[in-house]
Amino acid sequence: MSIDLAIDVHGLGKRFGKKVAVSGVDLQLPRGEVWGFLGPNGSGKTTTIRMICGLLKASEGSGTALGFDILKDADRIKAHTGYMTQKFSFWTDLTIRENLEFVARLYRLPHMRETVDSTLQGLGLADRQHQLAEALSGGWKQRLALAAVTMHHPDLLLLDEPTAGVDPQARRDFWDEIHELSSRGMTVLVSTHYMDEAERCDRIVYLANGHKVAEGTVADIVHRSGLVTFRGQGTGVRRLAEKLKGLPGLDHVAYFGAALHVSGPDADIIRATITRETSGDVTWEQVDPSLEDAFIALMADAGTDRREHA
Amino acid sequence: MTSVLVSLNRILAVFLKETVQMRRDRLTFAMMLGIPLVQLVLFGFAINMDPRHLPAAVLVEEQTPIVRTLVKSLEASEYYDFILETDDPRESTDLLARGEVAFVVSFPTGFTRDLIRGDRPQILIEADASDPAAASNAIGSANTILTRALNRELKGATASLAASPAPFELVVLPRYNPEAKTAYNIVPGLLGVILTMTLVMITAMAMTRESERGTMENLLSMPARPFEVMLGKILPYVVMGAIQTGVILLAARLIFDVPFVGSFWVLVLGVTIFVIANLAVGFTFSTIAKSQMQAMQLTFFFFLPSILLSGFMFPFRGMPHWAQMIGEGLPLTHFLRVVRGVMLKDATLAQLQAPMLAMCAFTAVMMLIAMLRYRRTLD
Repeated sequence: MSIDLAIDVHGLGKRFGKKVAVSGVDLQLPRGEVWGFLGPNGSGKTTTIRMICGLLKASEGSGTALGFDILKDADRIKAHTGYMTQKFSFWTDLTIRENLEFVARLYRLPHMRETVDSTLQGLGLADRQHQLAEALSGGWKQRLALAAVTMHHPDLLLLDEPTAGVDPQARRDFWDEIHELSSRGMTVLVSTHYMDEAERCDRIVYLANGHKVAEGTVADIVHRSGLVTFRGQGTGVRRLAEKLKGLPGLDHVAYFGAALHVSGPDADIIRATITRETSGDVTWEQVDPSLEDAFIALMADAGTDRREHA
Repeated sequence: MTSVLVSLNRILAVFLKETVQMRRDRLTFAMMLGIPLVQLVLFGFAINMDPRHLPAAVLVEEQTPIVRTLVKSLEASEYYDFILETDDPRESTDLLARGEVAFVVSFPTGFTRDLIRGDRPQILIEADASDPAAASNAIGSANTILTRALNRELKGATASLAASPAPFELVVLPRYNPEAKTAYNIVPGLLGVILTMTLVMITAMAMTRESERGTMENLLSMPARPFEVMLGKILPYVVMGAIQTGVILLAARLIFDVPFVGSFWVLVLGVTIFVIANLAVGFTFSTIAKSQMQAMQLTFFFFLPSILLSGFMFPFRGMPHWAQMIGEGLPLTHFLRVVRGVMLKDATLAQLQAPMLAMCAFTAVMMLIAMLRYRRTLD
């Protein structure tokens, strides 16, 4: 346990009845960094976040958040943590201002009125403060939620898919906000499905089937995936994907716009296969694999691993 | 930050939030005030186990002052409205058969003469017994009414008759409510029934609503303790309970003319304990129910025995022993003893110690269960 780690958990696991949701997850998150939490739906991201902030009791493993024991000291963790739920969970039958006031009172913030006023100013919602939270659009709801969970200046911020269903401009603003908070020393763990968001994180952790299957910087993960990717362009790529999918040595075949990406572990096999199968006007070139290619490879590997263990 | 101690600020935070939400939910708010009135009208007026102004006929052949007095005295009791006076027994029997009158009161030929002679003539009341409950009070009180009227009438030379065994069987009317008006019994009881129904349901729903809408996860992720949440959630409804009590007491006085002979402050104490007891039940239900629908069902699960076994619907002493045992475990049973005691019998706090303490014990146990069951995690 180090004081420089905002999150330090070992072998974290959670069972619901017989179902194992998370198992053997280690996380060492240095203070002040922004980490991305990735993985397919149902991979255990939300469950892990909930265990860290004391909303769920871990069935196995142990650890600390902000130096407090996650099993015994949930109250202290809650006092210094901001947690934004996946689904908007503020009170839609309260006004924007009333929601903020409620939070400010629960955290016993001094100068409640001024704090709420400045939060409203910062959000640009000062003139809408007396509207019901219900009336806000998706993007605004997320911004309100972020403002509410950071009003008490937490040291640790846990965000569960905060930008799901939000338009690109709002997502960009949201991430500027996250980096702004991080620059003030806040540690952030944010789960997401968006590759561009993952690329804005200091490090990323990839979960699949409740297990951590990868951790590192974006470059690390792409590099470690050992993937080789070829990009095909031209009129001949139409309908080509169906033909290529499932052939030996081609792990991942997908369109990126008008181009077709084909990835696999062995460059020679791919080259041979695509040369054999391609007819018509297609130009192939080798490119750097994208993070998405790497993740899809990770997901496929995790799937095979699971089956082998079972 | 001393987050280990109970914080008044946080209780206030939950209290204010809950108050605003309660006010904003117009339908529920209207229900909280509307239900007492609807139930008052339903139970107080519609369900009347002591109907009055029942139509009646008199069958008599002679018009003497004594007969006049007796008929008038029956009419003055408000049970009988005489719509016909006849000397033809076929006509009166026909009316009874057709249901146009509920009673036929007949004085036999030579009634006055026989009475003065001391021959103890009979007065016959034929009742439409197809609804026995409806007529029983009217018949029951007739003896007393007639005896009194006769005793007033028999003076001078005939005064000795008054001292002799009364010609009619005497019925002792119950104390505290000599006219046996159902409203005196029902309306104070309704105070307890209405508070039970609305308060248990509303607290149970207020908590399950948080789970259903997903706001519970948010509430749990913030540093609020179970006791603070419970108190903050319950307090707005204590105020609501006080308002309901005011409405019902006012209606009891203005609409139903129910006397209030005891101490107002003893009743306030009883109502307060009772309200908190019910809110604790609602809070406990909310820790069990997974949806608002389930919360509603649990409420009725609690409400039905409360209404049936507390002595509200049926006389408590008339129930079998096992039913009385269940009844003793319900706060409404004890509250009924308090409210009827204070309003109708002028009972003192000392006399009401037992039911008051029973309600306190119930509240303490229920709050303990609620706090133990309140999940601090989403497990």
